[in-house]
Amino acid sequence: MEASLQMEFWRNGPQPGALYNFPGSQIWNQNEPTKRTLYPSVTGTSVLGLKFNDGVVIAGDKLGSYGSMARFRDLSRVLKVNDQVVVGASGDYADYQFLSEIIEQRVIEEECLNDGFGYTPSSLFSWLTRVMYNRRSNINPLWNTYVVAGWENNAPFLGYVDKIGTAYQAPTISSGYGAYIAQPLLRDALEKKPNMNVKDAIETIDRCMKVLYYRDARSLNKYELAIVTKDGVEIRSPVTSQPNWEIAHLIKGYE
Amino acid sequence: MSSIGTGYDLSASQFSPDGRVFQVEYALKAVENSGTAIGIRGKDGIVFGVEKLVTSKLYETGANKRIFNIDRHMGMAVAGLLADARQIVETAREEASSYRSNYGSPIPLKHLTDKVSMYVHAHTLYSSVRPFGVSCLIGSYDATDGPEMYVIDPSGVSFGYYGCAIGKAKQAAKTEIEKIKMKDMLCVDLVKEVAKIIYIVHDEVKDKNFELELSWVGEMTDGKHQLVPKNVFTDAEKYAKESLEESDDSDDEDL
Repeated sequence: MEASLQMEFWRNGPQPGALYNFPGSQIWNQNEPTKRTLYPSVTGTSVLGLKFNDGVVIAGDKLGSYGSMARFRDLSRVLKVNDQVVVGASGDYADYQFLSEIIEQRVIEEECLNDGFGYTPSSLFSWLTRVMYNRRSNINPLWNTYVVAGWENNAPFLGYVDKIGTAYQAPTISSGYGAYIAQPLLRDALEKKPNMNVKDAIETIDRCMKVLYYRDARSLNKYELAIVTKDGVEIRSPVTSQPNWEIAHLIKGYE
Repeated sequence: MSSIGTGYDLSASQFSPDGRVFQVEYALKAVENSGTAIGIRGKDGIVFGVEKLVTSKLYETGANKRIFNIDRHMGMAVAGLLADARQIVETAREEASSYRSNYGSPIPLKHLTDKVSMYVHAHTLYSSVRPFGVSCLIGSYDATDGPEMYVIDPSGVSFGYYGCAIGKAKQAAKTEIEKIKMKDMLCVDLVKEVAKIIYIVHDEVKDKNFELELSWVGEMTDGKHQLVPKNVFTDAEKYAKESLEESDDSDDEDL
């Protein structure tokens, strides 16, 4: 009896560490049915990517669509991760913001360690594929397609992951509507000129962005361009492509 | 242990009859066994210097660093038990990360100091835990608040400082710091003074080997906390050694 009393006396009060974990603990009600995203809300359209001789370039326009409404005209969908990696995102903008905050925090933690290691394009890509596949396996996908571009081992890197976890690397990549419109153009351009330089690559991408602006009803002629070479990441924003609507009056019957 | 403590030093959760918490005082002793660490707040930033005692020649150089990054804009120099210090660093990083995710901006130093010092303080309240054998200097810089520096003790108290020292030779180091007009000095010059002070207070008789660690955060690093660049480090170390030799020479003359 005496021993147990003494034990009580020496025992602790609240767990010291537990005091500091208020946010994020049990807040939602177990009895509610599970709710999932059934459709994306504010969305970004295609992201294009193209490898060239000594680098890689990606582009995505600055539009955030709310359904068919062109709601936000100055959104950035290209994230500079570090001096060798950029990520472009199509699909649900909130999901992109969610993930980009996570990526940014992970990069800060990486920097804090100061051990000379950081995300390479392939390591970030690999991690992203795991996140996306895991989310879809829990039937709760992030409604995005991500294009990862970077410079690694003296070579350009270009990868694609979508909301069901499908992932691949390729010399040309387009997400969303661009997969139908721009991908053939990119492949064709690369086939005709396999050894592109920066200028060629940017021109090719610009042409594709312009075609997408003509054909994709959820697009804008103001886009963001990220170029990754051995010298680092350069982001150009906004880049405006000049459309030509001279022949528009010939098209009739859709009024 | 004969008369000191007399039974009241076994737990951090019990006062002695004259109102002391011996476990906390012992923790302070643990800090005083460690190499000196100093921090000075200049006009444009904070400079940290650590005398890292090397107890064996078998260690790799640069092992067991005692200056840490907490966030991009914030650093910590510690004195005391290194393993305890790492736990505090971990807590500070988590607080910085959670602030960033909740408020979308870097954590203000005052805020972080409050959080971390409450965490340290919580370990002085329960019998089941041991206080941290660590004092730490925390410094940050941002454009609106400018440079700021705080010190947290094992008791969990924290104060803001223009210059402070912790560890073995803190008294001697504080005396040296007081001679400096840090309020109108720039970090480029303070680095040299910091290095010099570490060299002055180092006790060559008792502790043979030590490594100097220098870091800074301020305008010159674009608000990022980082170890000082190699050339700045060698200049500072050279200045420290030279001024030590000079004072040795003049001492000889006096004799």
